[in-house]
Amino acid sequence: MLVMQGIVKQFPGVRALDGVDLDVRAGEVHCLLGQNGAGKSTLIKVLAGAHQPDEGTILFEGKEVRPTSPIDAIRLGFATIYQELDLVDGLSVAENIFLGHEHARFGFTNRAAANRAASEVLARLGHPEIRPSTEVGRLSPAAKQVVSMARALSREARLIIMDEPSAALAHDEVANLFRIIRELTAQGVAVVYISHRLEEIREIGDRVTVLKDGRTVAVGLAARDTPTSRIVSLMTGRNVEYVFPPRGGRELGDEVLRVENLSARGVFSDVSFSVRAGEIVGLAGLVGSGRSEILEAVYGARPASGRVLLSGKQVRRGVVGTVRHGMGLAPEERKAQALLLDQSVTANITLGTLPEFSKFGWLDRKRERAEARRLSEALDIRPPDPERPIRTLSGGNQQKAVLARWLLGGRRLLLLDEPTRGVDVGARAELYAVIHDLAKQGIGVLLVSSEVPEVLGLADRVLVLREGRVIHEGDAAGLDEHRVLDMIMNGKAA
Amino acid sequence: MSEPTKSQAPAATGRAGPIRGTVPVLRGVGEMRHLGLVAALAILVVVGLVTRPDNFATASNLISILSLAATIGVITVGATFVIIGGGIDLSVGAVMALASVWATTLATQSYGPVVMAICAILVGTGAGLVNGWLIAYGRLVPFIATLAMLVAARGLAQRMSDRRTQLIQAENSAIVDLSTSRVLGIPLLVYIFALVVVLGWILLNRTTFGRRTYAVGGNPEAARLAGIDVRRHTMLLYALSGMCCGIAAILIMARTTTGSSTHGDLYELDAIAAVIIGGTLLTGGRGTIIGSILGLLIFTLITNLFILNGLNTSDQLIAKGLIIVVAVLLQRRNLKERAP
Repeated sequence: MLVMQGIVKQFPGVRALDGVDLDVRAGEVHCLLGQNGAGKSTLIKVLAGAHQPDEGTILFEGKEVRPTSPIDAIRLGFATIYQELDLVDGLSVAENIFLGHEHARFGFTNRAAANRAASEVLARLGHPEIRPSTEVGRLSPAAKQVVSMARALSREARLIIMDEPSAALAHDEVANLFRIIRELTAQGVAVVYISHRLEEIREIGDRVTVLKDGRTVAVGLAARDTPTSRIVSLMTGRNVEYVFPPRGGRELGDEVLRVENLSARGVFSDVSFSVRAGEIVGLAGLVGSGRSEILEAVYGARPASGRVLLSGKQVRRGVVGTVRHGMGLAPEERKAQALLLDQSVTANITLGTLPEFSKFGWLDRKRERAEARRLSEALDIRPPDPERPIRTLSGGNQQKAVLARWLLGGRRLLLLDEPTRGVDVGARAELYAVIHDLAKQGIGVLLVSSEVPEVLGLADRVLVLREGRVIHEGDAAGLDEHRVLDMIMNGKAA
Repeated sequence: MSEPTKSQAPAATGRAGPIRGTVPVLRGVGEMRHLGLVAALAILVVVGLVTRPDNFATASNLISILSLAATIGVITVGATFVIIGGGIDLSVGAVMALASVWATTLATQSYGPVVMAICAILVGTGAGLVNGWLIAYGRLVPFIATLAMLVAARGLAQRMSDRRTQLIQAENSAIVDLSTSRVLGIPLLVYIFALVVVLGWILLNRTTFGRRTYAVGGNPEAARLAGIDVRRHTMLLYALSGMCCGIAAILIMARTTTGSSTHGDLYELDAIAAVIIGGTLLTGGRGTIIGSILGLLIFTLITNLFILNGLNTSDQLIAKGLIIVVAVLLQRRNLKERAP
């Protein structure tokens, strides 16, 4: 029914899709597998009309199509259910279901008709208990998912794309989701299903396509019979060359961080570990495993119970306190969480340590510039001009500036969340070298990455997380990518 | 880590060519934006010279323009900080009125002019702190919190004054002297205005407070994760705005010799308009004091030209509306050109 061939999508500095093929039949559940950054989200966005591919063809029911906008995609009969549900909380269930194609005459909505139609769709989905007039903001995540699906159904979608639909659901709700999916496929609707949980794919999927580094590496594998080891090796055997600095040459000092029984309800529980000076500790896990959230909790940016000790002393909660005590965070979303895009590289570098550059609030701009220049040179930030607005730099150089921010003011512990996201291969190697240098200077580093080889290559010690719990802790040298992925996906502490 | 930081700093390669080379460029971009405003001002001056050659360029007219601009000008400085910090303060006019009333009650007046001035500033700062606390710690939307303050402060001013205009008594005429005494032919209140502008410029461009203001407005999440106390800073921004209202209250008392609950009606709109015309983004993170002041002067000059030419005040409002739209449209084009 849907055939995609040779889809290429280029972003500045990154080739997100580099020749993807996908072939979905009517009435099947087609699973899309791949590690983070493999190109799944970009592919979905192409189908949803949010991105236009640079090359390649899309055939739908035999005709070539090219969705140029979300509306276009909906008209074609594609519906996408995103991970973060795209519902309007302030509107009723019925209003959400028919958003964009309301029951209306001359611009006046017909509420009764909409509610009736919504009831019908919801009943068809096996959820007659959801009242069409309820405000969506009051619904549970599972019920919201049903509303999302009702919206797709009401538009008579022929192809429904689900991006990790089970992530927000409890176990019995997943069973209901699967029942709904089966009913849909029985009616000839095709479902593209994205999930990291292999057991789900085994249960609901018909065929599997595996993506890796923006390419299709396997098409149409049988979802039930293909051995796990085959799937994992397809997802991993990679083309990207990782150039890690050699291990060793570092002396581990005293413990800088000790985390005891850190818990946040529904996110992670009972996490304990420590980081020594000069040590790099990696957290491996999927999105939703709690890895970024643990980092934020350690940093004081997210409430959690348990104790966080920095060099043996309990830290006052809150970012102001942890930064003063020598922590620094390079957050996951560089642009949204770390950078002042309008400001100069200098202003971005000194943002975390302004008091160091001031007397009685008066900024010593000369010293500030000199320091930014020194760090730009030390980290080889290009172009070598700290007065440029940071938005004109490439992702890798922006990331270096974020790291440079925490080279100031005597940091003892750095928390790095996806330090190489959206960074090209060359800059990666440089960032790895910088991270090693930091550790060499006696800073403790806690690293989160969704790329398992990165965690294994950089870290001395690795904690494997699954669904908010540490399921394995050990030396990085004793682990390989296969085993870690196996633990992450199947939950076996092999 | 901090050791090499300190020892290397002054001697570092810092003063080499590239820095020297680009700073003026950046400044040039900044000034380019102001250049448009300066050009607009120049056009208005030419219009004034052509239409009223007899009385536009007179000393008395220019001084009256500056005196008129002084009150709102001081408020505009505070508003610029709040808006760069990502907020909005609708209560400025009402807070100024409240400060003027409070400072001119018989009780306050009995302590003399210095106490009156201090009282006005304290009342303004206090109201600003309330705004800031509600927004930063009470998590109210700035629009709502300051709208509530606008209504309530005006009501309190009416209550305190019984809706009467309170005259400044003869023994406290030192306050009125601010508008009547002149140095080099210019009234003292214009100097106060200039002083506030200079101090505001320094605070915004040369201190950590200013840098943090840009950070908090430009990307509050990044500011928070960089260890900046965003809430405290937000509260201080509104307190600063309130303090400016208190200073403005002194100036309006000097000009009108009264304190009144009707002072400063719709000043909030003029102040916000001046800030916007000056190129400050309403979404925060970008803007300049100089731009705001130029924006204000453009507005004041238009008023002056309409009055001198005996034109209808309704047409004057239409002209002001058009100027706001044109200014913002032009700035948006500039932004696009600057984007990489």
